[in-house]
Amino acid sequence: MPNALHIVVCAGIVPDPLQTLEPVSGPSGPALKNEMALPAVLDPWAASALYEAANLAAKNPGSKLWLVSLAPKAKLQQVMMTIAQKASFELVAVDGPSSGFTDAHATAAVLAETIAALPGLDRERLLLFGGWESATRGAGVTLQLVGERLGITDQFQGVDQIELRDDGSFEVLERIEGGRHQVSVCAGTPAVLGWATGSLAEPRNNPQIGMANMRGILPALQKAKPAQLVANGLSYLSVSLPKAVRTTRVEKDMSPKTIAGELFAWLREE
Amino acid sequence: MESILILTHVDDSGASLAKSSLEAVTAGMNLAARLGAQLSIGVVGADALSAAGALAQTGARLLAVSGEPFAQARYASDAAACEALCRAAQATIVIAPGSARFTRVAAGVAFRLGGFIDTHITAIGGTENVEASRWFYRQRLEALISRDARPWFLLLDPGTNPAFEAAPGSANPSSVDVEQIAVELPAPRTTVTGVRSPVQSAQTIRPDAKLLFVAGAGWTKKQPDGQVHTTEAASLILDFLTASGASLGSSKSLVDQTGENQQVLPFLTHMNQIGQTGATPRHRKGLSTCCHGEEPHVVGWRFITERRAISLDPNCGWTRGKADVVYIADAFQVMAELNGLLNSGQG
Repeated sequence: MPNALHIVVCAGIVPDPLQTLEPVSGPSGPALKNEMALPAVLDPWAASALYEAANLAAKNPGSKLWLVSLAPKAKLQQVMMTIAQKASFELVAVDGPSSGFTDAHATAAVLAETIAALPGLDRERLLLFGGWESATRGAGVTLQLVGERLGITDQFQGVDQIELRDDGSFEVLERIEGGRHQVSVCAGTPAVLGWATGSLAEPRNNPQIGMANMRGILPALQKAKPAQLVANGLSYLSVSLPKAVRTTRVEKDMSPKTIAGELFAWLREE
Repeated sequence: MESILILTHVDDSGASLAKSSLEAVTAGMNLAARLGAQLSIGVVGADALSAAGALAQTGARLLAVSGEPFAQARYASDAAACEALCRAAQATIVIAPGSARFTRVAAGVAFRLGGFIDTHITAIGGTENVEASRWFYRQRLEALISRDARPWFLLLDPGTNPAFEAAPGSANPSSVDVEQIAVELPAPRTTVTGVRSPVQSAQTIRPDAKLLFVAGAGWTKKQPDGQVHTTEAASLILDFLTASGASLGSSKSLVDQTGENQQVLPFLTHMNQIGQTGATPRHRKGLSTCCHGEEPHVVGWRFITERRAISLDPNCGWTRGKADVVYIADAFQVMAELNGLLNSGQG
């Protein structure tokens, strides 16, 4: 099993994108109104990372897949009811805030400490996966920081594809400007890959996988260690909803030709 | 007193600064002037010394990490280069472009220096303290932040500042004093082998275009004759992109159809997607067509200045208050007419 991989996917949970968000002041800084009541989903780009990881693990016998998540464990349990049916993994839960207003450095410190302590993890065979950005903070730095803390200096962000070769090296496609991909070849693990969309569709729910996963997920949630996140000097001077509401002119009775003429003139305006 | 370092890198030519880097130069110079801070500019690239020549007029201390290993945008070498520049400048504030190259490494560099980083900065303000604006929850909430900890790295979103322009005739690399910084590189494990464009008949993502054209799922739905006209839709959209020079964005529902074995627009990929799990591009104008959801109208064109939409739904709540003009019409007919005007050059 030359390519038996140890893949760790870091994934947070985020409010369902269809929810309306409103900022409020909480005891420890900004928060979302009714945050604990908002339905949550696995962070979309991290979910891509999970599906790609599961696919890679399935293609390389002997591989192992962990899902490491820092989130309020009650909310994480709700999300796991769905995610557990999509891919086989071992959950490692840390009970703490998943708010976008926490500091990425603090989150990374907790995740790195958790990963370093994973029993049975061979860091020479480690592929550290996650989303290239979250849908909460959207900073795109947590995975890099975790990688640095674990001493990994081959890192890729905005990844859409990985192709593992027989010799253990792999080719990676990373998004760069202009809708292009940078193609790199890395000699082998360990490496950090922050995933964009990838190329896999969301797997269908598989109740059998779900049943198998849940046997490990519930104990993992029960023994989730609490984590306190420090601010690292970060302060919020204000948090607000965008104010600009436009006055929309609705044209119901213009012919296609007239509309085209108006758009043509608009496009020509400097 | 703060000491500001602007980190920059070269463009694809290897010898000129990338546009996003020149935007960071503008932002850094403005902040340094407001704070009365020391200013240094660091350049990374294969021929960083030549690129630094364009910065002579800034009056800043110029530093460069130059050489063949830095021709490739790669984590290990770029992180080492940026770390060396930061140590040489002893900066308390580091401003860098949020380009793919620096987004990949900046957090790692901040960590190595014991510093902290905030990204996707859209504005830097403050006269005594540094204050930065950025968005949270995929452009839904805007915050003004500050940090006491130093060094503080700020990655600027491209398009948020004008690019620095030197006066004509100022770029003379031989007369510019640039300090070359030596970097000790680890043995390389990663090789950049090239750049690949998505498999599509035309390059449809154009970050510098004035117009963002957004295609929604309505293009591949049944039309009034009860049939799907995907081929015609593809032709209309590509003709428009060619004639107008616009960049193409798409709603999630449309690009997702690729994985659902539905008839799809062949040139669309997830790279075109805007919104929650896509891009939030910056263009002066935006025209959405056949979109009936929140993502293109709220999140996807948060940073589009002038917005128009073509929709069959007069009650679409997402366009109201978000677009400047909504035309209730069949996009197939309107775009055919518009393409005719663009191709003939007459209004």
